[in-house]
Amino acid sequence: MAEVEETLRRIQSQKGVQGIVIVNSEGIPIKTTLDNSSTVQYAGLIHQLVMKARSTVRDIDPQNDLTFLRIRSKKNEIMIAPDKDYFLIVIQNPSD
Amino acid sequence: SSLSHFQQTLKISSKSVNTERFESESRGLNHMEGGWPKDVDPNDMEQTIRFRKKVEKDESYMNSILQLGSVMDHYIRQNNAINIYQDYFTEDQDIDEGQEAPSAKTINVFRDPNEVKRTVTCLSWHPDGGRKLAAAYCCLEFQKSSKDLSPDSYIWDIENPNQPELALKPASPLVCLDYNPKDPHTLVGGSYNGQIVYWDTRRGSQPVELSSVEHSHRDPVYKIIWLQSKTGTDAFSASTDGQVLWWDVRKLNEPTERLVLDPGREGNLDRALGAISLEFEATMPTKFMVGTEQGLVVSCNRKAKTPAEKIVCTYDGHHGPIYALHRNPFFPKNFLTVGDWTARIWSEDIRDSSIMWTRYQMSYLTDACWSPVRPSVFFTTKMDGVLDVWDVLFKQNNPTLSLKVCDEALYSLRVQDNGRFVACGSQIGAATLLEICSGLSTLQKNEKSLLAAVRHNDNKQSREDDTGRDADGDESPEQLIARAEEDFYSVVEAERKRREERHRVSTNHSKP
Repeated sequence: MAEVEETLRRIQSQKGVQGIVIVNSEGIPIKTTLDNSSTVQYAGLIHQLVMKARSTVRDIDPQNDLTFLRIRSKKNEIMIAPDKDYFLIVIQNPSD
Repeated sequence: SSLSHFQQTLKISSKSVNTERFESESRGLNHMEGGWPKDVDPNDMEQTIRFRKKVEKDESYMNSILQLGSVMDHYIRQNNAINIYQDYFTEDQDIDEGQEAPSAKTINVFRDPNEVKRTVTCLSWHPDGGRKLAAAYCCLEFQKSSKDLSPDSYIWDIENPNQPELALKPASPLVCLDYNPKDPHTLVGGSYNGQIVYWDTRRGSQPVELSSVEHSHRDPVYKIIWLQSKTGTDAFSASTDGQVLWWDVRKLNEPTERLVLDPGREGNLDRALGAISLEFEATMPTKFMVGTEQGLVVSCNRKAKTPAEKIVCTYDGHHGPIYALHRNPFFPKNFLTVGDWTARIWSEDIRDSSIMWTRYQMSYLTDACWSPVRPSVFFTTKMDGVLDVWDVLFKQNNPTLSLKVCDEALYSLRVQDNGRFVACGSQIGAATLLEICSGLSTLQKNEKSLLAAVRHNDNKQSREDDTGRDADGDESPEQLIARAEEDFYSVVEAERKRREERHRVSTNHSKP
């Protein structure tokens, strides 16, 4: 438990990190550093995107799998590390 | 044996099917809290907090997050290490334009609606936006005119190639015409029989005014241009009868002024040179130039005190009639001529020869003009139906772009003021409208200064050695390539030697 806290704290302290959300496979946000409404939004929208991205990769090559997803936008970058049951979302603005 | 033995294709059949229409709609989804298990009420904070705490204690959760955390850490650091979206090459971004191969595409072809096709001898763009194109149609072959030959010329709307917008009906076919830059409703044209004709498109196809036969030219009028005047009603024309005549369209029965192209400056019509092209630049309203059948360009000053002084000087350069004469809109001291099989660029100050000329082409050049937007680009048309686009800064031996517009000879050419649209007319009455790629119709950085430098060098060289400069430039491509190769190999060789030296030194040290 403490290690998890340590990991998240380390991520949060990196330059440019604006927020972290952990979502489970049902789309429920487990842990977040953002406000409630943003969290819910991120959780729901990104969950669908990750599902689509994963199925895209696997459709092209069934032996392949999604390892990481990055959405670069004008204002920041949304990074998603997916795994079987959870995914970790980090919003970063690297150029600052 | 049946044919089926020869068929190597698969036997397939095709059938089309019409399905029931199915309407689908795209909708957004508003994600409220969802996915919660049945026993947890999303609105009850206590329950949700309890649920979350339970998840956090789960072993698989902890392992997952630790693993994902380290992965994420890597990418975050990566983002912070290098900004991959940094603009490295801001100044070079403009080069993209030059990298694409020059091209042009045909937009429309406007064909002579008459049975017997005539040559498109002259084109003029509508001065206001260039949405219309006026074309003069005439059969220039001596005594070839038959009863069936229509004397009409047409104004086309460039969006409609099926039918001309307006027919212009002179008594005798028009050899040349020009839109009035001051009043886009009016045009003036020169006919085969030497008459000058004036139209107002608001008044229909019939000419509003005609010059009287006795006072007109005695030969076909090859070129007519509107002048820059306060009233906007003055034009001048040139013909192979050796005269340049000035007209006021309000009173076309006789010319307002007359110049005989006698090189002896005596006004002797028998010795006069036949004029076949005319050049006028609104920024220099007192000067003008005439291209003659004899291959001489005559530079004239309208405001000279005596008639003899009206002819300032001549430039001798071509073996045949000078079909086109055009000043560079950015460098008015330079002008372009075509005649025989070459196009030549001249500097006003250098009388003896042109400063630059193209290689002898395989067919006769019929018309040329500078691009109104790029000082180093000009267009030429040839008798083999080819339109060439030349960029003197890029390549001087050969055209930058060569387009086979049609199989017949091209006789006339006109670039629209935006530099992108080019209209060229063929022997069988087809006027083709082409769009030039943006690389050749947008001003490049430093183009003007580069061209000025080139001109300066050419002028200098011409003055020094009096032989003018060959378009091949001072180093041929082969020599340039050889030199580049030499440079490259010497650099490689030097590096190799350096490495050998280093290796030798290090192995020496490692020896016990």
